[in-house]
Amino acid sequence: MSRGILAFGAYIPWRRLQRKAIADMHGWFAPALKSQAKGERAFCNWDEDPVTMAVEAARDALTGRDRATVAALRFASTTFPFLDRLHSGLVAEALSLDQGISTVDVAATQRAGTSALIEALASDGETLVLAAEKRVAKAASPVEMTSGDGAAALLVGDGKPVARLLAKASRSADFVDHFRSLDNPYDYQWEERWIRDAGYMQIVPPVIARCLEQAKLGPGDVTHFCMPATLSRVANAVAKAAGIADKAVCDPLHANLGDTGVAHPLVLLVAALEKAKAGDRILVVGFGQGADVLLLEVTAEIAKQPKRLGLAGHLARRKEETSYGRFLSFNGMIEMERGMRAETDKGTPLSSMWRNRATVTSFIGGKCSKCGTLQFPKTDVCVNPNCNAMHTQEPYPFAEMGARIKSYTADRLTYSPDPPACYGMIEFEEGGRTMLDFTDMDADALKVGQPMRLMFRIKDIDPNRGFRRYFWKATPVAGKA
Amino acid sequence: MARGIKDKVVVIGMGCSKFGERWDKEADNLMVEAYTEAVADAGIDTKQIDAAWLATAIEEQHVGKSATPLAAALRLPFIPVTRVENYCASGTEAFRGAVYAVASGAADIALALGVEKLKDTGYGGLPQRGRGPLNDMVNPNASAPGSFAQLAAAYRAKHNVEPKDLKQAMAHISVKSHDNGSRNPKAHLRNKITIDTVLSAPLVAEPLGLYDCCGVSDGAACAIVATPDVAKALGKKDMIAVKALQVAVSNGLEAQHNSWDGSYFATTRVASKRAYQEAGIDNPREQVSLIEVHDCFSVTELVTMEDLHISPEGGAIKDVLDGFYDADGKVPCQIDGGLKCFGHPIGASGLRMIYEMYLQMQGRAGERQRKDTPRIGLTHNLGGFPQRNVCAISIVGKYGE
Repeated sequence: MSRGILAFGAYIPWRRLQRKAIADMHGWFAPALKSQAKGERAFCNWDEDPVTMAVEAARDALTGRDRATVAALRFASTTFPFLDRLHSGLVAEALSLDQGISTVDVAATQRAGTSALIEALASDGETLVLAAEKRVAKAASPVEMTSGDGAAALLVGDGKPVARLLAKASRSADFVDHFRSLDNPYDYQWEERWIRDAGYMQIVPPVIARCLEQAKLGPGDVTHFCMPATLSRVANAVAKAAGIADKAVCDPLHANLGDTGVAHPLVLLVAALEKAKAGDRILVVGFGQGADVLLLEVTAEIAKQPKRLGLAGHLARRKEETSYGRFLSFNGMIEMERGMRAETDKGTPLSSMWRNRATVTSFIGGKCSKCGTLQFPKTDVCVNPNCNAMHTQEPYPFAEMGARIKSYTADRLTYSPDPPACYGMIEFEEGGRTMLDFTDMDADALKVGQPMRLMFRIKDIDPNRGFRRYFWKATPVAGKA
Repeated sequence: MARGIKDKVVVIGMGCSKFGERWDKEADNLMVEAYTEAVADAGIDTKQIDAAWLATAIEEQHVGKSATPLAAALRLPFIPVTRVENYCASGTEAFRGAVYAVASGAADIALALGVEKLKDTGYGGLPQRGRGPLNDMVNPNASAPGSFAQLAAAYRAKHNVEPKDLKQAMAHISVKSHDNGSRNPKAHLRNKITIDTVLSAPLVAEPLGLYDCCGVSDGAACAIVATPDVAKALGKKDMIAVKALQVAVSNGLEAQHNSWDGSYFATTRVASKRAYQEAGIDNPREQVSLIEVHDCFSVTELVTMEDLHISPEGGAIKDVLDGFYDADGKVPCQIDGGLKCFGHPIGASGLRMIYEMYLQMQGRAGERQRKDTPRIGLTHNLGGFPQRNVCAISIVGKYGE
């Protein structure tokens, strides 16, 4: 038996803010931003957060796999929406994973993702490792330019891995290059040159050396070097110091994504896996109050992965955004006049949410054991007018079923953080239908018959209580809009 | 089928307040305004009323729950008063309660009154409100126009209609209703508009523009009903009788079962058939002389013409553009301006429609009076959403015909 990565996936939000829009907005104040006004960064729709992105990345990784064997879930982020609510548990429920699985949130450092991965590789059973980040940055800050939102998912286990772990090494060091506290939602960062020279260059190369030594390999054996660093060329400098060839240094995806924080080492790993061939060796570095280093060897299984969007597909599924105003609004950084319709109380009765969790969180509908009719939501009496049998509904999963638009509108009257609110009736390919919100689509893409898939999203944000509730929405199938 | 209500109950008096933005009036003032007209019209005293029904839909915006607001507003003498709510069919539900009470013999004279005071929200359109914990967790935050707009998408797909052709017929509907409303002194909106105004208006919910949407109004309407014998004893002649009262309520089929295509109202098709049977009508296109339908949005009126089995399926656009439903057409629809222009104080709307039938059949509709006096009138309410709604239909006509 060989332990390693069994499957991998990623998720990148649809909207890409053009960095020029940031520079155009703030150039008067921070002229230095103009030199960075190239490329684009991904950012969450108003209804996305690390939870929703992690669910999507997990679905991507789990494409074509039996989810019943997943025994543990580790979810890493430093931008979790709740301080006291288990996000991994919520994700597990949205994915309809077994209720007996172990769920742990990992947080508080930029290497939370690599640490979770190391822990999973050292453990036994199938573990789903998720990392997602919705970056927060002050307006006109360098971080606003360099960061991006996104998620990665790795399924770790025994059997036939696409990449097996050769060695790992870590170092802990209370090197505070930046921090974020309960009292201040934004990063406070020290001088970049110091971070590079006293941080990355001092801390990382010795850990790489230890890892390679353990594997009895040299730096020349590394085919892909995945190390995020927001400062340009730092990864190349570290590679050089460690003796790793410059051509092995992976694209940090600055041009088309931005640095996804905790998720980024794993996003780069997924990017490397998507390009890798059997025998390649991937070295992954997570940096933050020390460093994690993992060395993986790609196996022949890499060629047998099921077709899915993956990182490349998600990077291609994109909407150019030139409105910095929309970016500010989606990130809650501007006080918008939302109108009186936005005042409607969005309180969630938690007892009702728990009682209806199969419907709301797992999107499980019903199938009549008498006539076979599918329906959503599940009710006590079958909806088929020729059946109407009572108490015959068996739980039936709808979340992964394809669907098509039956009727639609683009509503400019109702309150939406992103007007017009697009919604309508969708029909599922196996049967059943429901009225759902649509997301990640423009009103002009609405048409009867449009193929749709479901996505787990924020349904409503409750500003009075600081709560947010989640539900499923429909979005055009990538490449078929 | 049950024997039905035909000719068992007659209307002896009706009243309707001015609809509109009644900034200076409370809901109880509006109730009294409508009732004052009705009770004078009936020629009775309040003490002669045996039972009453109150219709309001969004009571949290004005009077609050229960029937006490009606009892207190009219100082009804401790008689049975019941409050009903069934979305936009509420007014007709109150009427149905009063009519059934009289038909059963439980009351000789009964009152139905609907009221709504919607203009205290601070914004245009219907109040935005919660719909229950689970519904709020899973349903889109849909507005009324957004819900009904979807009829257009499904209708176009089903009948292979170009968006501009459907929009043209929808515009004709709104222009017609504004024209009719201009001749109605109690109407909320009395301005005439042009097709161009409709087509160039800002979108509310694709493809519905501002002029595809009805007014949201304050107002009240009421009916006093009695048995034909009681009416005769009061000296009533040329009486207007109830011919049919039907309600059909969605059971979740449209929302959950793929047999509904989204382009029509399943409830209206059922309720109208039953109503015609109850009234003894076998060819509605020829026999019905006047209709008032739930034109909350232009597209609603359009598809309803087919659901009432007056236009053939897929034929509403042609009938509308041909002027079939215009004030001088074969079967005028919304000769009083409809929800579109008379206004839509929800609880009052069903009774307002019957009020118009009552006036038209008695030749009392003033400037908008139909020349050949209507003999059979149909009113239609549709409450809720296309995929989940309440349809109420009443048919009234000359007693004994």
